[in-house]
Amino acid sequence: MNASPMPARPTATVSRPGFGPSVVQIDRASVVYPSADTPVRALHEVSLDIRQGEFVSLIGPSGCGKTTLLRVIADLEPITAGEVLVNGRTPHDARLARAYGYVFQAAALLPWRTVLSNVMLPLELQGRQPDEAREIAKAQLERVGLAQFERKYPWQLSGGMQQRASIARALGFEPKLLMMDEPFGALDEITRDDLNAHLQQLWRREQRTVIFVTHSISEAVYLSTRIVVMSPRPGRIVKVIDSPLPPDRTLAMRDTPEFMALAHEVREALADGHH
Amino acid sequence: MASPMPGATLMPPSAPATSALKAALVARLQSVLPVAVVLTGVLLLWYALAVALNAPGAIERHLGGSQATWSGADLIRTTWSMDRPVLPAPHQIAQDTWHSLVDWPIDNPRSLVFHAGVTAKATLLGFVLGATLGAWLAIGIVHSRTLERALMPWIVASQTVPVLAIAPIVLVVLGSLGFTGVLPKAVIAMYLCFFPVTVAMVQGLRAPQTIESELLHTYAATGWQALWLLRLPSALPYLFPALRVAVAAGLVGAIVAELPTGAEAGLGARLLTSSYYGNTVQIWSALLMSAVLGVLLTAVVSGVERLALRHRGQVR
Repeated sequence: MNASPMPARPTATVSRPGFGPSVVQIDRASVVYPSADTPVRALHEVSLDIRQGEFVSLIGPSGCGKTTLLRVIADLEPITAGEVLVNGRTPHDARLARAYGYVFQAAALLPWRTVLSNVMLPLELQGRQPDEAREIAKAQLERVGLAQFERKYPWQLSGGMQQRASIARALGFEPKLLMMDEPFGALDEITRDDLNAHLQQLWRREQRTVIFVTHSISEAVYLSTRIVVMSPRPGRIVKVIDSPLPPDRTLAMRDTPEFMALAHEVREALADGHH
Repeated sequence: MASPMPGATLMPPSAPATSALKAALVARLQSVLPVAVVLTGVLLLWYALAVALNAPGAIERHLGGSQATWSGADLIRTTWSMDRPVLPAPHQIAQDTWHSLVDWPIDNPRSLVFHAGVTAKATLLGFVLGATLGAWLAIGIVHSRTLERALMPWIVASQTVPVLAIAPIVLVVLGSLGFTGVLPKAVIAMYLCFFPVTVAMVQGLRAPQTIESELLHTYAATGWQALWLLRLPSALPYLFPALRVAVAAGLVGAIVAELPTGAEAGLGARLLTSSYYGNTVQIWSALLMSAVLGVLLTAVVSGVERLALRHRGQVR
């Protein structure tokens, strides 16, 4: 490996109007996996500042560290250098304070629990009363359009429905921060469009902060207020693009020149990262 | 062998009900037939063996020696109805079992139900103790590398010691401490029960996928919560097959425990006294009864398993 260490990119300190205070602050964070010959630099001096109410997509080819970055914020992975703060605390403390909801690539519903009781799980762990937890879970399932399926078991649901249930589960305890790791990666295009539209509305309605990992350009452009383009070897941020698109979006928007121009910009940045 | 519905696709559309019925019958027949064939074969062989093995004794004791006059039919009839045959015929065993079941009240020592009940009590107590011990050992092993390294060799080694050697020692030691009756037997049953449970539970508690464990991690769940909400439910499909093995092993343990002390009740005691008096028919009927008890106990565990895992779908 001969890539010279990149100079740390200055954190974008320009205040973006319409967004609140910093939720996630990442300052020259690195993750290095030790290995026999050359250590793998999964993340190299990444700096990023995410504000309240933003929808930030992390996009890049596999191995660029986008999932690693998300896992670092979620305290699923330790950093080897640098600093990461979530709500001004360490990721560990933020996790213990249940500051975020996390949606995995797979739905990860527990097969012995009904859909409803899967959604109730985090609420139970929070120590909510069963009646209260049930009410919240039902409301969440209603929102993702699974009200009639609450008594079903996960294996009786399609992949798209399972992933919707897992989103309902992540939203149930009303986290201010929602992290999603390629949540729609395994789904067909039609289901994916549907869930994208759903997620967009949800974000508009509730103004939560979302960090969204994807390798789909159109998904990133459609959903995000900011697109973080990453590149592998070592995993790093090559470009941060602010979206000029209005907050209210429709799937039809994907055919507009503005959308295509933005998609083009992302594609260029991805290609640049490969040089 | 019946071929499955020749020309089923050519059935006229007016007869779907009868064709479905036929198909069901054929399917039933195909599942019963092999069992019936094997059973018939075994019975025929058994009767033939009974003749061969009992013939010398029959000639000696019942037909007046080889010089006396008797026909082949006499010989066969005698070998199948002797008092103390080397190998009793199946119908003799069935009769003896039947009489012991219906001729005596179930709390009478001559009733096999009484003995089966005594053995079942020790088996079940040992099973519960063994499953509990096995599960706790597994939980300890899964949560602590040190415990795993300290315990695992001993757990494996414990199973290489023959139960026949352990049983009398346990009985003597516990007896000297004042424990008699069901407890020492249960302890020996437990000794055989815990092992399969431990092995399966260790595997089962480690079964949850990384993603499920990480999910609970993001919820800041404690170790106990993860155990209760994720690991134990994940372990159930591993646990039940082990419980079926354990309950059968526990029965063996309980019967073995009834042998050396000359316990006055239980299937093991019945086996011992019958063999002491050379009452082969009774040995066989006690054997039959312990087989029935074993099937019954595993069936109960299977029933509980089906009930507990009924919602798992194809996950099983």
